[in-house]
Amino acid sequence: MNETVISVKELTKRFGAFTAVDSISFEVGRGEIFGFLGANGAGKTTAMRMLCGLSYPTSGSGTVAGFDIMREGEQIKRHIGYMSQRFSLYNDLTVWENICLFAGIYRLTKRETQERATELLKTLDFASERDTLVGALPLGWKQKLSFAIATIHHPEVVFLDEPTGGVDPITRRQFWELIYKTAESGTTIFVTTHYMDEAEYCSRVSIMVDGKVCALDTPARLKQQFSADSMDEVFRTLARGAKRGE
Amino acid sequence: MNAIEIHNLSKSYGKVHALKDVSFEVKQGELFGLIGPDGAGKSTLFRLLTTLIAPDSGSASLNGLDIVKDYRSIRSCVGYMPGRFSLYPDLTVEENLQFFAALFGVTVEESYELVAPIYRQIEPFRKRRAGKLSGGMKQKLALSCALIHRPKVLLLDEPTTGVDAVSRSEFWEMLAGLKKHGITILVSTPYMDEASRCDRIALCNEGQILGIDTPNGIVQGFDSPLYGIKARNMFALLETARNADGVTDCYPFGEWHHIVTDGSFNPDMFIREFERIDGLEITPVEPTIEDMFIKLMKR
Repeated sequence: MNETVISVKELTKRFGAFTAVDSISFEVGRGEIFGFLGANGAGKTTAMRMLCGLSYPTSGSGTVAGFDIMREGEQIKRHIGYMSQRFSLYNDLTVWENICLFAGIYRLTKRETQERATELLKTLDFASERDTLVGALPLGWKQKLSFAIATIHHPEVVFLDEPTGGVDPITRRQFWELIYKTAESGTTIFVTTHYMDEAEYCSRVSIMVDGKVCALDTPARLKQQFSADSMDEVFRTLARGAKRGE
Repeated sequence: MNAIEIHNLSKSYGKVHALKDVSFEVKQGELFGLIGPDGAGKSTLFRLLTTLIAPDSGSASLNGLDIVKDYRSIRSCVGYMPGRFSLYPDLTVEENLQFFAALFGVTVEESYELVAPIYRQIEPFRKRRAGKLSGGMKQKLALSCALIHRPKVLLLDEPTTGVDAVSRSEFWEMLAGLKKHGITILVSTPYMDEASRCDRIALCNEGQILGIDTPNGIVQGFDSPLYGIKARNMFALLETARNADGVTDCYPFGEWHHIVTDGSFNPDMFIREFERIDGLEITPVEPTIEDMFIKLMKR
């Protein structure tokens, strides 16, 4: 693997007596599309929150974009992009205003903002929607815009939490083409999904069960390892073994 | 008599046409699926059928009862599970169930054998507050509550959204069990792979129905030869295939890309033309519901 962008070792998070994330270790390289799968309640969200600098681990160590996850949460937040499953732009602002707001939060200069916003509208073919209120856009468009804004500051890594939930099959695929393009330009993609066909689009996939990473490899090798025809089968085999109810 | 009849139903919210002139019927005892993404009008249809909102035009009936005129009697014969968790978070599991039983003037005991296969799975947590349950357990409690008055028609709005693949499977098995009691079930889902669990399905998008049939009937309507292709660089392959002769569409489909072709396409020619592409493979594939959905959306 070339340059490492995410590296965690024995990362653990406890809430009282409950171990939500139980000593997970892995590395993600630059430009990889890393699929982070797991059953509901397996600990994905808790793990992701630690990687995003939103919560500190109980024990273990690691770095994201070169910053220490035990101490440098604030720096991490500045160097990553994040898009949640729930739509996180402002419905009462226009497309352009949303772009400028987030560019400001990420401290882009006026010139950078102007350049990237223009480029973004062009890539998404959104120029005609520049002054449209975001609330009036169809869901698929909102999700694409949300993704583009999450990467406006050219982060080292972007975290996508179920970005395609409820999106129609055509837009879902356009969304994945955006992901591919972004990954090719060197941004690392860290993505969760419940669509198992999307797991096949990832460079590597990890599957969490009961707080632990119990499988991690390319989709092809995972299918081989579990003698399965699809990632869906691999997932079912592993998730059925879960002890902890979500 | 059909369990559900819908004739030219329309509903708008201001400028948004949520449901546009929709008609179909669901037979007694049928497990009928509404398959479509957000914005397809699924929830609006559920709210109309449960008499929570009134249509702009058109009509519908459940068990012969009109959704406008007979709204009171409809409410006692349908079970409804809305898309959002709508039980009382401050009541315990058992209190929620008792509360819904009381609302409908029945007792938990009377219906116990109907809800037992589902309720038993959460019964060990009956003293826990509903707000403290996990997603999967909430879903089971909501289904138990929707069933407590032995409804003739069960309306489930996206019960499996955001739920992992294994729990989703379990949920569909519960529905198959309920079907044996003769309950008519109308269920919506954005997951195309769940369509095969239904007797019949309606594919819907942007307030309209794109097609209605059995899951088999739907895929048989896919009349273009379909192939799966793969290569070492899947992303580059997309562009190449889209520009190839005889290819009308190409999109990612899990491990493969699917290419929709016309009569002029020849797979051997395709391989020969692109033999420079590393690891290129092609194989005929059976269309799925999702292939048909994509085709209908583009029509």
